[in-house]
Amino acid sequence: MSPPPAADLVTVNIDGREIAVPRGTNMIEAALRLGIDVPHYCYHPKLTVAGNCRMCLVEMGMPAVDPATKAPVIEPATGRQRINWVPRPAIACSTGAVAGLHIRTTTPLVKDCREGVMEFLLVNHPLDCPICDQAGECKLQEQATGYGRGYSRYVEQKNVKPKRTLLGPRVMLDDERCILCSRCVRFCKEIAKDDVLGFTERGSYSTLACYPGRRLENDYSLNTVDICPVGALTSTDFRFKMRVWFLRQTNSIDTGSSAGANTVVWSREGAVYRITPRQNDEVNDTWMADSGRILYKAIRAPDRLAAVRVGGADSALDFAIREAAGVLAGGGVEVVGSGRSSVEEQFLLRKLRDALGARASLVARIGGGDGLLVSADRNPNVRGALVAGLIAGLPQARLDALGARIDAGQVRAVVSVGEDLAEAGLSAAQLARVAIVYLGTHANATSAAARVAIPTLTVFEKSGTFVNQQFRIQRFAKAVPGPAGATDDLVVLARLTAAVGGPSLGGDLASAWAAMAAEVPVLAGVRYDSVPDTGLLLDGSPWAGLPFAEGPSLHYKPDQSRAPGGAKP
Amino acid sequence: MPAPEQHRLIFRHIDEPGYSADLACYLRHGGYEVLRRAVARRPEELVDEVKKSGLRGRGGAGFPCGVKWTLLDRKSGKPIYLVVNADESEPGTFKDRHIIHRDPHQLIEGIMITCFANRVERAFIYIRGEFPEGARILERAIAEARAATFAGPNILGTGYGCEIYVHRGAGAYICGEETGLIESLEGKRPYPRIKPPYFPAVLGLYQCPTIVNNVETICHVKHIADMGGDAFSKIGTPNNTGTRILCVSGHVRRPGYYEFDVGRLTLGQLLNEVCGGPLPGRKFKAVIPGGSSAKVLKFGERYKGRRKVGAELVEYDWGVEDIPMDFDSLAMVGSMGGSGGVIVMDDSVNMVEALGNINAFYAHESCGQCTPCREGSLWMQKVTARMAQGGARPEDGPLLKSIADQIAGRTICAFGEACAWPTQSFVAKFSDEFAAPARAGARPHSDAEPELV
Repeated sequence: MSPPPAADLVTVNIDGREIAVPRGTNMIEAALRLGIDVPHYCYHPKLTVAGNCRMCLVEMGMPAVDPATKAPVIEPATGRQRINWVPRPAIACSTGAVAGLHIRTTTPLVKDCREGVMEFLLVNHPLDCPICDQAGECKLQEQATGYGRGYSRYVEQKNVKPKRTLLGPRVMLDDERCILCSRCVRFCKEIAKDDVLGFTERGSYSTLACYPGRRLENDYSLNTVDICPVGALTSTDFRFKMRVWFLRQTNSIDTGSSAGANTVVWSREGAVYRITPRQNDEVNDTWMADSGRILYKAIRAPDRLAAVRVGGADSALDFAIREAAGVLAGGGVEVVGSGRSSVEEQFLLRKLRDALGARASLVARIGGGDGLLVSADRNPNVRGALVAGLIAGLPQARLDALGARIDAGQVRAVVSVGEDLAEAGLSAAQLARVAIVYLGTHANATSAAARVAIPTLTVFEKSGTFVNQQFRIQRFAKAVPGPAGATDDLVVLARLTAAVGGPSLGGDLASAWAAMAAEVPVLAGVRYDSVPDTGLLLDGSPWAGLPFAEGPSLHYKPDQSRAPGGAKP
Repeated sequence: MPAPEQHRLIFRHIDEPGYSADLACYLRHGGYEVLRRAVARRPEELVDEVKKSGLRGRGGAGFPCGVKWTLLDRKSGKPIYLVVNADESEPGTFKDRHIIHRDPHQLIEGIMITCFANRVERAFIYIRGEFPEGARILERAIAEARAATFAGPNILGTGYGCEIYVHRGAGAYICGEETGLIESLEGKRPYPRIKPPYFPAVLGLYQCPTIVNNVETICHVKHIADMGGDAFSKIGTPNNTGTRILCVSGHVRRPGYYEFDVGRLTLGQLLNEVCGGPLPGRKFKAVIPGGSSAKVLKFGERYKGRRKVGAELVEYDWGVEDIPMDFDSLAMVGSMGGSGGVIVMDDSVNMVEALGNINAFYAHESCGQCTPCREGSLWMQKVTARMAQGGARPEDGPLLKSIADQIAGRTICAFGEACAWPTQSFVAKFSDEFAAPARAGARPHSDAEPELV
């Protein structure tokens, strides 16, 4: 995003401090640029303004001008233009910046407004923070410390509303906790385009509910849980599992598709408890798909590979590397990489491929794009394989060509990194005809058929980068340690390469990046450490002619010349 | 000074024996003649007449009608809509229903003149759900008017066409708020819109420029077109022109609706002479002059200050009885002309119970969109209900005031004020009743025994 032209900037005054912001910027955002917090509940930067919580009330004023002459009215005492303050407070969230706008956020009136709203929100709110999942990340709790009374003046009966309403398979609603901010309603309507939520009843008895006969079950339903400022909407997967203040947050990337939504992985003592979106205004805003949030369950799946196996028997890594090198020596080798591997792993696999003089392929995963954050390419890092030089063209969904070469007796051994060759179209007979070296996380037909199977790490257990559909390289970091018996893919690939007579590569990110910076043109000048948290756009022009599968989605428009049926004349 | 005579413009024929709601009767009484003359004029002239007339909205806020029309965004190229607000729900107000029931064609004529003046081709009458008979009468009247080319395509052969639709509400007070009404008309929950940016004159119905006017206001347009803006502006008092219908209910001998020149009549004249004074053996205690959301006036209070008469400022020192019934005077004494619903309470009334009743209404009708009104209105209702049932505590009076103060001025729409003002004024003016630990069913002391009539 290029900054707006200077002509569109207007100067506003917030608590006596001036700042230039684009015209129309709402005052919550403008204040934030000055580090001034305007508390709010219903306002969300990625949704339309509702203005219903009234927590962001501020005092507003404009410079005084003489109605007749339009000349500025100067205050004699200060020599500055007088400010006409509006007697009624205004909501900052729907007040757009205009030249000369003044707001005050620290006056007694503003404080009184916030305290009033805070008290009102609490009168019918249950006092169940000790058993509420939102505790620790609850806006109501947070603002209550700043603007609450500390005691209640409310002696009447609190309203009774439905508890534990299952809105859909993943979202639980507690209506008594709901402060009716309508963020979830607006999200479903505006972002998920699945208008299922609304209010019934009226006044203080207003109740959030699904429309009759509908359920909140779209693939983005858990975003309502994220944006719910209170504990009204909770995740059926996460609720009652862990207090949020015990959890460590690690930046990661959603591997569900090439959209590459930025995420935070929440973990404690080696276990992941949940995945939530991380704001990236160029990729996923503040959203992610539900489907990406359960991927952590793969970490402790029962079919996780836990031991190095050689010839069907448990073994040790050193022995397995030697055995694999023996298998791969002598030509007739093919390499099958994965669009789920990191850029670094794909680069090292390319090194192994080169050392073996082998042919490399990838397995494509194409599904329907949802136009939002699940793109048609369900591999997170096919572009990474292109950038790393592992492959030159787009992969096929099936390895039929490899199968044909096996049948023709041209292939003697196959190295597969994380891909189940059977699922990719090879028959059991074809698998039996070749010696397989398999690096992967979970058991499958290929690991079972492999001569050498080496357990590696899931995306949550290692660090690296992916290149998403925009050719944006984005980092993910290790959130939890890998299980005993599993080895980092980079270590395995580096050792295998060395064992088959290739160059000696360090099995770590730093060495991989040192080599990539030197050998990969689009990564020249890029360092792993210098990739920002929101990613770095790479030059994708070398691959502009490839018919990528992705259709338009959030912050992504495929080049029209590449879109199916949309060829330029 | 004796009370002036009623000046019936809108209600001219309404109570005449034999006057009926059908077109033939309306035509016999000169109906649609004004429309006939109006469509022969240039629309701008009609807008100017309304501007000159000084007509102020009769729905509650008293906003100048001509200014409202001037604010219309006529350059957008979008259609302009007229919405007639017939969601008459303010407790104590029953004038619009009477017009609709007894003289629907007067309203339709007013609508057609308004539409012609503003080049509107679609008009909607939003009638409250509790007026099913009114809706039927209007639909019948519109069909009659259409058949006689007073509405519909090609009105009176001029080539100008305008359709009127009746839309029935579902029984929500908030639909009387103009942006809530527009939302409801669009088929949504009537959550009032935030202003700015959603001013109906620019972004109204279907995001098009929209006029929202009260039934009585629209009827006045007919009379303005008839007599001219200048003549209309000479009725009443400066800045409070024309006639106004007052709906008097409560503890007077002759409650009902009365139409007077605005400001030519004092509240005392209205209650004591026109309405026959208090019930036998009773004394007036309080009066709400403009619908239940207006601040209450307490008999015995004095209102002092300076006001403009002509060009000069003069001192005034009024009791409740001396207040002229116009927008500006009622605002000066801290209340409002509102919807013209005058609610009278005599010394038999327990003010805690009375406020409890009002609070119950507003708690029930709060739409629930924004926090202060949603939570505050129900809280106030619960407090006053508890007090009226004998559970009053000494801190309840200040608590009620504090709750109300946290609502007024901080909400999306004027409902915040509507629900806060009764509590603010009742508690301030009848602090003794709100301070006393009330017993269940207790009544304040009354000086006189009620006498049988």
